[in-house]
Amino acid sequence: MPDETLHLPLIHSVLEREKDTPGALLPILHAIQDGAGYIPDLAIAEIAHALNLSLAEVRGVISFYHDFRTTPPARHTLRLCRAESCQSMGAERLAAQLREQLELDDHGTSADGQISLRPVYCLGACACSPALELDGRLHARLTPEHLRDLVNGCLEEGSC
Amino acid sequence: MLRLCIPCDSVARAVGADEVADSLLREAERRQLPIELLRTSSRGLYWLEPLLELEGPEGRLGFGPLTAADVPSVLDALAGNAGSHPLALGPVEEIPYLKSQQRLLFARAGITRPLSLEDYRARGGFEGLDRAIALGGEATVAAVLDSGLRGRGGAAFPAGIKWRTVREAGAGQKYVVCNADEGDSGTFADRMLMEGDPFLLIEGMAIAGLAVGASMGYVYVRSEYPDAIDTLNQALRIAREAGYLGANAGGSGRAFDLDVRVGAGAYICGEETALLDSLEGKRGTVRAKPPLPALQGLFGLPTLVHNVLTLASVPIILARGAQFYRDFGMGRSLGTMPFQLAGNIRHGGLVERAFGLTLRELVEGYGGGTASGRPLKAAQVGGPLGAWVPPAQFDTPLDYEAFAAMGAMLGHGGVVVADDSLDMARMARFALQFCAEESCGKCTPCRIGSTRGVEVVDRLIASTNAAAREEQAELLRDLCDTLQSGSLCALGGMTSYPVASALKHFPADFGLQTSEADQ
Ligand SMILES: Cc1cc2nc3c(=O)[nH]c(=O)nc-3n(C[C@H](O)[C@H](O)[C@H](O)COP(=O)(O)O)c2cc1C
Ligand code: SF4
Ligand code: FES
Repeated sequence: MPDETLHLPLIHSVLEREKDTPGALLPILHAIQDGAGYIPDLAIAEIAHALNLSLAEVRGVISFYHDFRTTPPARHTLRLCRAESCQSMGAERLAAQLREQLELDDHGTSADGQISLRPVYCLGACACSPALELDGRLHARLTPEHLRDLVNGCLEEGSC
Repeated sequence: MLRLCIPCDSVARAVGADEVADSLLREAERRQLPIELLRTSSRGLYWLEPLLELEGPEGRLGFGPLTAADVPSVLDALAGNAGSHPLALGPVEEIPYLKSQQRLLFARAGITRPLSLEDYRARGGFEGLDRAIALGGEATVAAVLDSGLRGRGGAAFPAGIKWRTVREAGAGQKYVVCNADEGDSGTFADRMLMEGDPFLLIEGMAIAGLAVGASMGYVYVRSEYPDAIDTLNQALRIAREAGYLGANAGGSGRAFDLDVRVGAGAYICGEETALLDSLEGKRGTVRAKPPLPALQGLFGLPTLVHNVLTLASVPIILARGAQFYRDFGMGRSLGTMPFQLAGNIRHGGLVERAFGLTLRELVEGYGGGTASGRPLKAAQVGGPLGAWVPPAQFDTPLDYEAFAAMGAMLGHGGVVVADDSLDMARMARFALQFCAEESCGKCTPCRIGSTRGVEVVDRLIASTNAAAREEQAELLRDLCDTLQSGSLCALGGMTSYPVASALKHFPADFGLQTSEADQ
């Protein structure tokens, strides 16, 4: 576990800026996750206090939404689209290829912590299915070769 | 000086538009060829992306789909006979796919630069807002009512009636909320509009705010659309600086401002009441109606909630008149609809047409059949909660009522095409699993029934004798009925559509006997 107190200045500045925004909780969680990479456990009490919410309410919101995570992410995040349009263009075969290459299920993180997989249901690129997002960047009209190159790119970068 | 255009749309970029643009700039510099490169929105002819356009005296000439490696040969061709290049498409506006469309909402698509107010104004931008301010709120609401515009987010409720309800609601503070969650797979028109023509949405929201008496609006955008979020935020700043938003919005003497809020990866937050809860900073659970959001919406106050395309339709209704808009469409489905062709399709993209063309014209005419070249199996219309429609029903006109009559729905206008290799039993399982994963948890059929449904499909597929299979199929049909009648919102209620339609039209995929009556 990294030292979470490291993130306190970020947490405080986000709360200072956003606490009076109407419906501030989601913007706050996004800002903390953007800055720290995840929602540190110690942020929860700070947020609850600033917004006058219970700890359970804050945790309930964090766990409800697929985007929020409470542990640090891998260096790379690959989100393969698994929705209908991409499925009809072979997304399941690409998912199997990833499972085989990385020895990961749909949600896991590789043993070296380099890359984590997450399914996503539509990236709005359906006219060019199949599609994925790698570290925030969209790639469409994926082929097995293209996918392999993208993953190898991530893995190689990690070894140096 | 050559004037060249290439889209900055996220999907055009996802298939290489940035690389083509970089290569163009580099290669032109190497050749000391003076060029001006404009990053425009996308036409939505995605199978041609990256699509390069050369602005000339007789319109724009297209080249595509390009890769960076094609750039030198294209520049060679531009120096001589442009039409001789193998990827030359001729005048873009003459491409049949585009020429036959009726573009009202997407009239600027592929032509203007998304963040240029000058481009926007040069093509009719803010004429609707000016007209609405001149008319006043009451007449603006009347124009929306007369236009016949119905909500484009799926439920197709008459927009004008909502506007009138919010306008007449007595409250000091009211809101306009734009539902930009676009969670349905196979849909991307909201994304294209926000990335490509953000001022149109801003203009529509300003008209709505002034007409119903709201001083504040929110655009709730799904987090999967980072480019749309970024573009909207920049557009808001530009519009505010130019006086279209703020204390004296558009010179109306009244205040209206907008903020962008980002979702966090929950499909159910596209449902309007769950969206409002999410905007309030809560878990996105569905609220029972009544009370209607129009009377008790965001923070308990009267709120006009509309889809991106609904709000973006308003400027043209005001600028050209309600009658102009009504003249498009059929029956009670008036105006134009941006249909979105996706999945296993040769020519995927956006087709904006008046309601009433048939699904066959869309899939076979525009779409050109499957991308794989294999036989067409079915099309799912209206997102993950939409029915799988077999080719035998493809002559149905795209009209809300005609689709409802055959147990399907138009929804948000997304069409996902599948060839014969797609296994419909797996797709039925997927629909139930999706429902289980995305359920807000409020009602039992949706929360628990969806998980049980996955198990039933698994048992059905694994059954080795006909009687056992039929028994599981019966259970599945029964579960669909329960979902449909026992759920609070359409996530549970309409998950029955993809499941029941797959079971009905493709029994063989479930290992069931096919009877003639089923076909
Ligand atoms: C499960 C579910 C998901 C929905 N997702 C969306 C969506 O992503 N975008 C949208 O505009 N409407 C969506 N809707 C419809 C909204 O609840 C609502 O009808 C719409 O925002 C109203 O706007 P309109 O009148 O412009 O259609 C969804 C509804 C349900 C039940
Ligand atoms: S049907 Fe499902 S998503 Fe809709 S309210 Fe019920 S539990 Fe929530
Ligand atoms: S279904 Fe995969 S991008 Fe839309």
